[in-house]
Amino acid sequence: MRFVDEYRDSDVARSLLARIRETASKKWTLMEVCGGQTHTLVRTGLDELLDDTVELVHGPGCPVCVTPLGVIDHALELARRPDVTLCSFGDMLRVPGSHDDLLRARAAGADVRVVYSPLDALEIARSEPDREVVFFAVGFETTAPANAMAVRRAADLGIGNFSVLVAHVLVPPAMVAILSAPGNRVQGFLAPGHVCTVMGWGEYEPITSGFGVPIVVTGFEPVDLLEGVAMTVEQLETGRADVENQYVRSVHEGGNATAREVVREVFEPCDRAWRGIGVLPQSGLRLRELFRHFDAAHRFPATGVAVEESERCIAGLVLQGRAKPDECPAFGRDCTPEHPLGAPMVSSEGACAAYHLAGRTPTTAPA
Amino acid sequence: MSEFDASASRSAPIAFACPAPLPPGDQVLLGHGSGGRLSADLVRSLFHPAFGDPELARLGDAAVVDVEGTRLAFTTDGFVVQPAFFPGSDIGALAVNGTVNDLAVMGARPAFLSAAFILEEGFPTDDLGRIAESMGAACTTAGIRLVAADTKVVERGGADGIFIVTSGIGTLPEGVHLGPEHIEDGDVVIVSGPVGDHGVAVMSRRAGIDFEVDVGSDTAPLTELVDVMRTAGSVHCLRDATRGGVATVLNELAASAGVTITIDDEAVPVQDPVRAACETLGIDPLYVANEGVCVAMVGSDSSDAVVAAAREHPIGRQAVAIGRVESGPAAVHLRTGLGVTRPLLMLTADQLPRIC
Repeated sequence: MRFVDEYRDSDVARSLLARIRETASKKWTLMEVCGGQTHTLVRTGLDELLDDTVELVHGPGCPVCVTPLGVIDHALELARRPDVTLCSFGDMLRVPGSHDDLLRARAAGADVRVVYSPLDALEIARSEPDREVVFFAVGFETTAPANAMAVRRAADLGIGNFSVLVAHVLVPPAMVAILSAPGNRVQGFLAPGHVCTVMGWGEYEPITSGFGVPIVVTGFEPVDLLEGVAMTVEQLETGRADVENQYVRSVHEGGNATAREVVREVFEPCDRAWRGIGVLPQSGLRLRELFRHFDAAHRFPATGVAVEESERCIAGLVLQGRAKPDECPAFGRDCTPEHPLGAPMVSSEGACAAYHLAGRTPTTAPA
Repeated sequence: MSEFDASASRSAPIAFACPAPLPPGDQVLLGHGSGGRLSADLVRSLFHPAFGDPELARLGDAAVVDVEGTRLAFTTDGFVVQPAFFPGSDIGALAVNGTVNDLAVMGARPAFLSAAFILEEGFPTDDLGRIAESMGAACTTAGIRLVAADTKVVERGGADGIFIVTSGIGTLPEGVHLGPEHIEDGDVVIVSGPVGDHGVAVMSRRAGIDFEVDVGSDTAPLTELVDVMRTAGSVHCLRDATRGGVATVLNELAASAGVTITIDDEAVPVQDPVRAACETLGIDPLYVANEGVCVAMVGSDSSDAVVAAAREHPIGRQAVAIGRVESGPAAVHLRTGLGVTRPLLMLTADQLPRIC
């Protein structure tokens, strides 16, 4: 399969591993930002193969994981309303709210539907005008253009029974927060290739210059990740801190101008809470005033009480790359995909789920 | 372009953020029907205690029972696939082949089939006619007689179009003993064809996904292929790799036999359109359902002969050895192209599509 096989070639991967070992004079600590990258690393065992030269810590780039509990509870509250059809990407259905998750709500009679695009949710709203159709709009810059497009099209077509519950987050402010936190160990980043496909890499230049860390925009296949690591290590070894682009087959400096424009037209930056990290200034997106009537939070304000979270789950540390999933005392024991304590165990992009699916339970994890 | 001022950004403390664990479920979830770990939990914790029969507890594809000196294989299966018509086949042929294959992988000769139809008010009779014809044709191909049937109709909304339940009986020839208890250290793991075709063909037509993919369901009776493979060498155990796919079947066999199974990721045959669809949906073809693929555990002396014989059969043309059985703790491992070995676990429930 073109554009896949060549980036999984074992021989190329081995030569890149050798190049990294040759270049590194010491062990460096790098963070791969995106959960998709984490899954490739763990699935293929690349992080273990690299372990003598590079420590990879896993970043906050899992949209399901960083969506705050309160927002999930709000989605559950909406789903239980008899007049509401809640549409969501599949991953969100198993993320536990305070007392429930969307799968259980559906089993109990809520109208919860999995869609693969917000435009499918808009189509449901158009074809079922008696329903209030709410799309649960989570995600990073990657999913923002499609969500913005759905809202704009709803406005253009005058579809009044469609709204979005927005929990969009942005990558650069999270990277700044990680670098600014006391005890930060991250010396370089593999930036998320898909986010940069939309946004380009201009936003990362102030971070490289401000913090003196190299950032390499990186893809998701094994060869991509190894090349991204090699480029980052080469910068560190030569004392450089620049933004470089490994994922050239997808990412251009300016990103996707059309996508950025529709996002800018529909959304505006806002302060946003990140599960496990807290409120980060200007780290999220919300609908602009002009589109506010498509905001589900505005149309159906939350009535639930404030929620409390478990003290045992260390999702916050995991999401900031300050702890590995198998360092959590609950990992694989009290916290499993069947009974997740935290979102990183649920999502297909969560670091804890990646470790668990790769069999790294406490009994089998390397010491 | 935004500017970031390091000194102005947030620093600790960190708010730990996770919800309390959910209590054990008090209602059936879709995942309980996925064939994964939730299904297994339901069977173990709820059905076994209620039924208690030791033959049922073996969890084979079919039960093997003795009726006045005659060994019979007996099985039942419900079919709720949605949509009822999908590329390559339909729910009718599936309902026949699924039950036939549960008998075939025990080494049985399928003899008799029953079918119960649960129909939703309003279901088009034309569609029902096409499904019935398809079942008839599938019975002829598989050499099984459909000798008992029942029809029920429920109110609109009481079912999703059509559900079919089939049960099958087959005779077990003298000396045929297949099952996980016969798996041996050193056995070679063979799959009889490319994996994931059926699941992807169905998903490609499911509401909300609809994508063009040049692949049809692989639904087919395995009876002949099983005969050919068994004649060619020492086949110890066979499994129909349906719901949950090859990975789930291997985990069930490893657990039943108490062995370690290691498969080679790059050896598993996956057709390009299936690979592409799985990449797009973020799912692993090893966990996708098949309806005409079996997994065989074969003595290493004759594994080449079994593969060669399977390849002579139309539905075994891409049969291939993908791994090996070793004594050791019950587990399944996957060796990646880079030489790293990792556990291949049972899924909890359905594979969920990724969101970005």
